[in-house]
Amino acid sequence: MKVLVPVKRVVDFNVKVRVKADKSGVELQNVKMSMNPFDEIAVEEAVRLKEAGKVSEIIIISIGPQQAQETIRTGLAMGGDRGILVKTDQITEPLAVAKILQKIVADEKPDLVIMGKQAIDDDCNQTGQMLATLLGWPQGTFASEVKLSGSSVVVTREIDGGLETLKLTIPAIITTDLRLNEPRYASLPNIMKAKQKPIDMKTPEDYGVDISPRLKSLKVEEPTKRETGIRVESVEELVSKLKKEGAI
Amino acid sequence: MTALVLAEHDNKTLKEGTLKTVAAALKVDKDVHVLVVGKGCKGVAEAAAKIAGVAKVLLADAVAYAHPLAESIAPLILRLADGYDAVLAPATTTGKNIMPRVAAALDVMQISDIISVESSDTFKRPIYAGNAIQTVQTSDSIKIITVRTTTFDAAEAEGGSALIENIKAGETQKMSTFVKAELSKSDRPELTSAKIVISGGRGMGSGKNFKLIEAVADKLNAAIGASRAAVDAGFVPNDFQVGQTGKIVAPDLYIAVGISGAIQHLAGMKDSKIIVAINKDEEAPIFQVADYGLVMDLFEALPQLEKAL
Repeated sequence: MKVLVPVKRVVDFNVKVRVKADKSGVELQNVKMSMNPFDEIAVEEAVRLKEAGKVSEIIIISIGPQQAQETIRTGLAMGGDRGILVKTDQITEPLAVAKILQKIVADEKPDLVIMGKQAIDDDCNQTGQMLATLLGWPQGTFASEVKLSGSSVVVTREIDGGLETLKLTIPAIITTDLRLNEPRYASLPNIMKAKQKPIDMKTPEDYGVDISPRLKSLKVEEPTKRETGIRVESVEELVSKLKKEGAI
Repeated sequence: MTALVLAEHDNKTLKEGTLKTVAAALKVDKDVHVLVVGKGCKGVAEAAAKIAGVAKVLLADAVAYAHPLAESIAPLILRLADGYDAVLAPATTTGKNIMPRVAAALDVMQISDIISVESSDTFKRPIYAGNAIQTVQTSDSIKIITVRTTTFDAAEAEGGSALIENIKAGETQKMSTFVKAELSKSDRPELTSAKIVISGGRGMGSGKNFKLIEAVADKLNAAIGASRAAVDAGFVPNDFQVGQTGKIVAPDLYIAVGISGAIQHLAGMKDSKIIVAINKDEEAPIFQVADYGLVMDLFEALPQLEKAL
């Protein structure tokens, strides 16, 4: 069984982002970039399936600038077999990414695509669902457990009221939620080994996909700040303040 | 032009998020229709018909829709989409699951998680876990939108008298089947619509200690939430999680107990009207967003609070 794992290079989740003065976006210069945390979980899940003998090949894909190659290397160091970089310096929207992935799926014919439920930069939460539609595949989004059984995959999903379990025919799309697994750190020998693994270099044009953005970003601003309130000294004082405000 | 709102419900009751999504839809279009998809959900359609401002309710009631499978519902919306210039759903796990399928099939970019309608084609939405707000304009002929319901006031639940039109179910699909659901049962108000929420973090120390929070919640008729740290530590189930990757809440009163205030958590609750933080670490970032901060050990504070209420 073959698995594709698309990964996105994003601002590291520990970085406090700053909005640019001209409101054109957030500052990306000299900011630490990493693999989107949900995508790390996706890579980890694929690697675990491979370690369990259920998956034979893992292909790590990224669509982004030249440096996204490093993100692919991270995935290869975690246990991916080879990579594909679709190089572009443009901002790529989920729809465009899904269209490129659709073409890659047609070439590679994987049984599963495992990907993060959302990227922590644009917070769209769309690409997996869109890819599933374009391919005519079922989807198991926000997965907290994935079990392969013959020609189907049973996915437990984190939903608002609790958990939901679905059975999907294969091929299928799975998008990962936080509690699916805890991604490993790549060991130094594996990081060295990953440098030898092949990465195919492509462009969106190679796939004939128009990636021009559909949405126009008019401005990006700081959110309105909450004013810091006051310190209370005791529970009694807290309760009396809240009563005065009519909050309780 | 007319907007279509996908109703959020459990086949018995219409969820509050639907009212808020209708309110958002009325800012996009003058006419709003509501689509109720489910099984044995006529009561939900009747409730939807009473929402002020709703002109028509479409009811697709069929066995195939007993569970809201994206693979079944998206094609139904797609069939109806022709008559609308916008389709909106609450940004719940259901809406987030279904709507991108509709958008991709229509070849349009979905606008996720809007927090305001600036004009019929321009919207604000949070990015980077709410650390930045982006204003986006679409030129797509049909807008596919999910709505962050906490930032919209609900449309009036009474006052409307819309017509209910039964519509035919679509073809059944076999690629995705429902196996089971494990839903948390609780007599407490729902986390996303509660007037008061009290949440515990890593500082609670154990799941058992959440009893202290329950006791206060009982007095206040509050919903109970948790930080990601508390969920990851296994103190409480995942659906308690408040934060960017959990539930977004904006109650009248939010009480954060033993929560340090990671960006992730703040993104899920900082639109609450009044925020109270109880934490023994006076440097905890949660105090920067709190209206009332109490530096105190939660194991002393919670029993005192319960008594004082």
